[in-house]
Amino acid sequence: MNHLTEEQLVLYHYGDAAESAGTASIEEHLHACAACEADLMNLRRTLSAVDAVPVPDRGDGYGSEVWARIQPSLDRRSDPWWHPLQALFVPRRLVFAGGVFVLMVAAFVAGRFVPALQPAPPDGQAGGAPAANPQLAAVEQQQVRERILLIAVGDHLERSQVALVELVNNPAGSHVDISDERQRARELVSENRLYRQTALTTGEQAIASVLDDLERVLVEIANSPARMSKADFEKMRTRIEQQGIIFKVRVFGEYVREGRVPSPVDARVRG
Amino acid sequence: MDVNDAHDVTQAQAGDELAFRRLVERHSRGVFQLAFRLTGSEPDAEDIVQETFLKAFRELRRFEARSSFRTWIHRVAVNCAYDLLRQRPRYKAESLDAADKDGAQGGGIEPEADGASRPDRLAFGAEVQGRVRTALELLTPTERTAFVLRHFEGRSLEEIGETLGLHTGATKHSIFRAVQKMRRALAPFVGPAVGIGNEGLEPGCSAGL
Repeated sequence: MNHLTEEQLVLYHYGDAAESAGTASIEEHLHACAACEADLMNLRRTLSAVDAVPVPDRGDGYGSEVWARIQPSLDRRSDPWWHPLQALFVPRRLVFAGGVFVLMVAAFVAGRFVPALQPAPPDGQAGGAPAANPQLAAVEQQQVRERILLIAVGDHLERSQVALVELVNNPAGSHVDISDERQRARELVSENRLYRQTALTTGEQAIASVLDDLERVLVEIANSPARMSKADFEKMRTRIEQQGIIFKVRVFGEYVREGRVPSPVDARVRG
Repeated sequence: MDVNDAHDVTQAQAGDELAFRRLVERHSRGVFQLAFRLTGSEPDAEDIVQETFLKAFRELRRFEARSSFRTWIHRVAVNCAYDLLRQRPRYKAESLDAADKDGAQGGGIEPEADGASRPDRLAFGAEVQGRVRTALELLTPTERTAFVLRHFEGRSLEEIGETLGLHTGATKHSIFRAVQKMRRALAPFVGPAVGIGNEGLEPGCSAGL
């Protein structure tokens, strides 16, 4: 029997557990397990300590003070409508935009040729296999497993995207400490290998390819020194940006989260 | 939405500056508290308050009353704070070691039996608060923002995800990582996390999921 994970306890504390193991089953476990109950109390003590940090109080006149500070600036004209477009015409961004365009075309082509995974609408025509067909049931079970896999891969891609974005946005001083990012990359590499091999096994070549590209980047980060010079960090950041891996991960994350499953009735099953 | 807010928003969108002033005066304190929790710095929080209302003035025409004005202005503040947090150098675990050198004492946080404050208790409380502040600095901008919005503002996972551009799974994970880091940082005061569930099977536990 398994104890509750720390993540389950946190979700339960905030009332967000319904989406995972379920509040009822967690409560049932807590009633029966003194260790997990103690862990929950420890968690709540920690969060109580956080609550105890005071926030400086601003008096009743604070709003008037704020108004007095901002009012002179309200008279300025708004920025011209074309102002935000100026930020686009930066050489590095133009190169990136070109890469984005290529990836969007690639994503469109991949979407056309990766088998559509949406369940087909019920076929009202004669010749449909009866629902009790065991082969049909097996196919449907396979589709459910693949759907679960897609959800897990989608979550993994999003966590990877967040990790990469936080890495590249790390403000670089004379030296850059990426120990947190390195640890996270190591955790993500293990998951990534599992999902990549599963994608290969199930024939999802497009997903396997993205995971392969992602794994190379994660391995590089995981194997980098915890403390890097600014120059080395900038080189790594540039490599990551030039590969467009963040955009690729985001596009495919959205793709797999749409959760398309193979057509439920294969011609061979219909017989 | 609050009736006063609804009226003032409509007037302000029509160009009534006094109506916008009322919105500023009504919501400044709440925005400051949120900004302070996000940044941990009074000067930064003050800057964010100003920037928030200036941005709100420019973009008020886009406010469509699908949420309350408070929710909207807080979201503007969160975006301003998030941008600032991303530009900050981040503390690493060494900061906690430095805090330990100041003489953090072990032991649990227990309620005061007789309710009276004593100097040593006050000092201990200050130590814990300092540790909490340092621990918050260890969080990434995403983790800190997600944690503040969930823990202090009580926002739903969907709202937080929408603010940060994340799906629910990543939002949950960011909150979890924040809490996990806080627990490790405050372990000398609260006691270590039991963490049995993270290690797998444990004999003697007859219940499970």
